[in-house]
Amino acid sequence: MKTPKIRPGERVAPRQQHNWDWRAASNFIAGGAGGGLLAFAAFASLWGTDVRALLVAGMALIGAGLTCVWLEIGKPWRALNVYRHAATSWMTREAAVAPFVFGCGALALFTGQPLFVLLTGVFGACFVYAQARILAADKGIPAWRHPRCLPLVAATGFAEGASLLAVATPFVIPQVAGQVAVATAVLVLLLVRVLLWRNYLRGLRSDGAPVGSLRALSAIDGSFLKYGNLLPAILLLVGVLGAPLAGAALVLAGFAAVAGGWWFKYTLVRRAAYTQGFALPHLPVRGRGTSGPAVKPGWGGA
Amino acid sequence: MTRYAMTIDLRRCVGCQTCTAACKNANATPPGVQWRRVLDLETGEFPDVRRSFVPVACMHCDEPPCEEVCPTKATTKRADGLVAIDYDTCIGCANCVMACPYEARSIVHEAKFAYGDKPIKSEEVRFDSARIGVSMKCTFCIDRIDLAAKTGQVPGRDWEVTPACVNSCISGAMAFGDLDDPDSKVSRLIAENKTFRMHEELGTGPGVYYIWDKG
Repeated sequence: MKTPKIRPGERVAPRQQHNWDWRAASNFIAGGAGGGLLAFAAFASLWGTDVRALLVAGMALIGAGLTCVWLEIGKPWRALNVYRHAATSWMTREAAVAPFVFGCGALALFTGQPLFVLLTGVFGACFVYAQARILAADKGIPAWRHPRCLPLVAATGFAEGASLLAVATPFVIPQVAGQVAVATAVLVLLLVRVLLWRNYLRGLRSDGAPVGSLRALSAIDGSFLKYGNLLPAILLLVGVLGAPLAGAALVLAGFAAVAGGWWFKYTLVRRAAYTQGFALPHLPVRGRGTSGPAVKPGWGGA
Repeated sequence: MTRYAMTIDLRRCVGCQTCTAACKNANATPPGVQWRRVLDLETGEFPDVRRSFVPVACMHCDEPPCEEVCPTKATTKRADGLVAIDYDTCIGCANCVMACPYEARSIVHEAKFAYGDKPIKSEEVRFDSARIGVSMKCTFCIDRIDLAAKTGQVPGRDWEVTPACVNSCISGAMAFGDLDDPDSKVSRLIAENKTFRMHEELGTGPGVYYIWDKG
């Protein structure tokens, strides 16, 4: 039996989206890391850690991400219209969480009340989740709407937040036990991220996805695992084992894990973001009187 | 109730792109933006080769993913089935562009004209600054549909209130009308033929039915 070859004309197969550029990607990169950092800063505060600098850093990251996306939208002076559709839009919900993050964060900084620190962390976590839901709701991009994408994006935001805490640990948590606890938490989160990443790639390949998405994600697979996860894991183990320069190992591990997560998110939002394309379950009956087989140009896996 | 929908007979479409041109003329879309276009698909190996033409545009879905994700409520699903955009509310965030599995939406961030920076006379007359920096797409010629409500004419039957692409189709491949009217042309075509809707598995409930064989 002959395999039907397809020569699609212009814009039949999936194509890379160009409406969301580095500015939109920056919102997911910085916002996710910032929200995650706020969540873990709040967690660390339960043990009496002074997390004021971490709160400032988390809010600055979220603010930077939102500023980037504000610079991208077509009508920036209408930006407040974003609050009109809380019923179904996760973009509205993300935007709605932001004032609570900044409000509680400011109150935490000025009053020092633990309640506000905790609330800031909770809203930071909500921000990360809302961002993951924004991508999941975009049905036009198969790599985003895949059900295994949402937990991965959320997990990487929290892994980045914990990793940023690891970067700060030598400066804000002097006790060895505390440093070991942070390193262990980051190790666990990196393990979760790796498992979700592999699960996501497997799911995309088995369920089918645009060839461009599979190619872009496969291209970073090895490096993401090695430099974004394995290298920081080794450094964290060095920190946990209390080797000399354990503090430096924590800092380096944190930066490597964050860089890995940011690289993954940039790839997901920009390079792997291919559209659905078009498909015909039946070719029309013409001339010879028979229908042709189904066609779905530009898709791979499955 | 009324549910406006379109049928496109893929057996009849010859890929002439007249609907593309008619849409461009009726809606004055900028260069590079086509609310309606015709895909050209060549499949098979010599001598068993097929060529199919598939007109695509906004599918005016029952469950439009663009409406769900829109943070401003600029995109709305009307009671008559049309998915509309309020250009004065849209912020141009492109979330709807990402949500649409039919690549139906575009955003143009600066005025573009066919011949350089200045519009030619016909472009000058119809240039709409409200469409700069916001999401836009096929409207099923919404102004004509709204006119029908005032005049009592029937979209799909009376040409003045029928989408430009349908009016222009040289082979009669495209039809428009009310799905909830069992006597409308689209209802009869769907009942009498085998049809599919694009990416039905995504649960969007597209309002465009492609006819591929007789029933």
